Amino acid sequence: MSEKNGTNQIPDIAIIGDRDSILIAKAVGIGVYPETDGVKASKLIHELAKGGCKVIFITEQVYPLCADAVSKYKTEAYPSIIPIPSGGKSTGASMAQVVENVEKAIGQNILF
Amino acid sequence: MALNVKPTRMELSNLKKRLKVAVRGHKLMKDKRDEMVRRFISYARLNYKLRQEVEAKMSESMQSFVLARAMMSNAEIEEALAFPAMPASIKTSESHILNFPVPKLELVETENKGYPYGFATTSSDLDTAVREFSELLPLLIQLAEVEKICSRLADEIEKTRRRVNALEYVMIPQFEEAIKSITMKLEENERGNLTRIMKTKEMINDK
Repeated sequence: MSEKNGTNQIPDIAIIGDRDSILIAKAVGIGVYPETDGVKASKLIHELAKGGCKVIFITEQVYPLCADAVSKYKTEAYPSIIPIPSGGKSTGASMAQVVENVEKAIGQNILF
Repeated sequence: MALNVKPTRMELSNLKKRLKVAVRGHKLMKDKRDEMVRRFISYARLNYKLRQEVEAKMSESMQSFVLARAMMSNAEIEEALAFPAMPASIKTSESHILNFPVPKLELVETENKGYPYGFATTSSDLDTAVREFSELLPLLIQLAEVEKICSRLADEIEKTRRRVNALEYVMIPQFEEAIKSITMKLEENERGNLTRIMKTKEMINDK
C-alpha cells in the first residue's frame, strides 16, 4: 500500500492497522499503511520514524505485535506512537498504557 | 565505613563541602520530583479523559463507515478513497516542563476542507464517517501530544526519584558516617596527644 502513498514521501501523520478500519483516515490526509503482520509493521515504524513522521497511530490489534519498535521510540521526542481502537471497539489495551504510565510515575494507580 | 577516606582535616573539610552540596542537591531534586508528579497527575487525568472521548468518537465514526461499506461496493469505496486528500501536516515545537523538553504538536489547518471524492457514486454515510473522522483529528493529535508528554514525564519522574533516593539513602548517610568517623579519629588523636604531653610533664616533674 505504501506505494500508493509514495514511498519517498513520508507523511506527518501515519496510521497502521487492518485495511478496513483505517481506510477512512485517507480521506482526511493521513498516510494509510495497511499492515497486520508484527514484523512488517515494526519495520514500517522504523522507516516512518526515520523519514520524519511525527505521529503514528496503530490499531490495538497490531500494537502489541510491534512492542519492541514502540518501546524504542517511547522515550524519544518523535514520533509519538499512539494505539487506537480498531473497528470502533476498544480492547482496553490503550487504556492500560495510560495506567501503566501512572504506575511508573507514582508507584501505584491512584488516579483511575 | 563505606567511604574509604584518610582521617585528615583536609579530607574532613572536603567531605563537609560535599555533604553540603549533596543536601542542597537532594532538596532541589525532591522539589523537582514533587512538582513533576503534580504536573504529571494533571496530564494523566487529561490523557484519560481524552482517550475516553477519542474512543467514543472513533467508534461512532467507524459505525458510519461500516454503514457506508454496506451501502456501497468495495470497489466504489476504494475508488472514492483512492485519491488522498491534502496531506494533513503538523507543526512541531518544543515546550518545557521544569526544564524538561516535551514535544508540542499542532495540526496545521488545511484550507481544503471538502471531501476528496465526487458525490455521484458515494453514499451519505461515507460523508458522515469522513466528517466525523476529520472532526476527530484535532483530538487525536492532542491525544498524541498528551500521551507523549505523559510517557516522557513518567520516565523522567522515575529517574529523578532514583536520584533523590540515592542521595537520601546512600550518598548523604555515607558522607555523614565518614565525617563522624574522621571527627572521632581526630578527637582520639587529640586525646592521645594530650595524654602524652601530660605524661611527659609528669616525668619531667618527677626528675
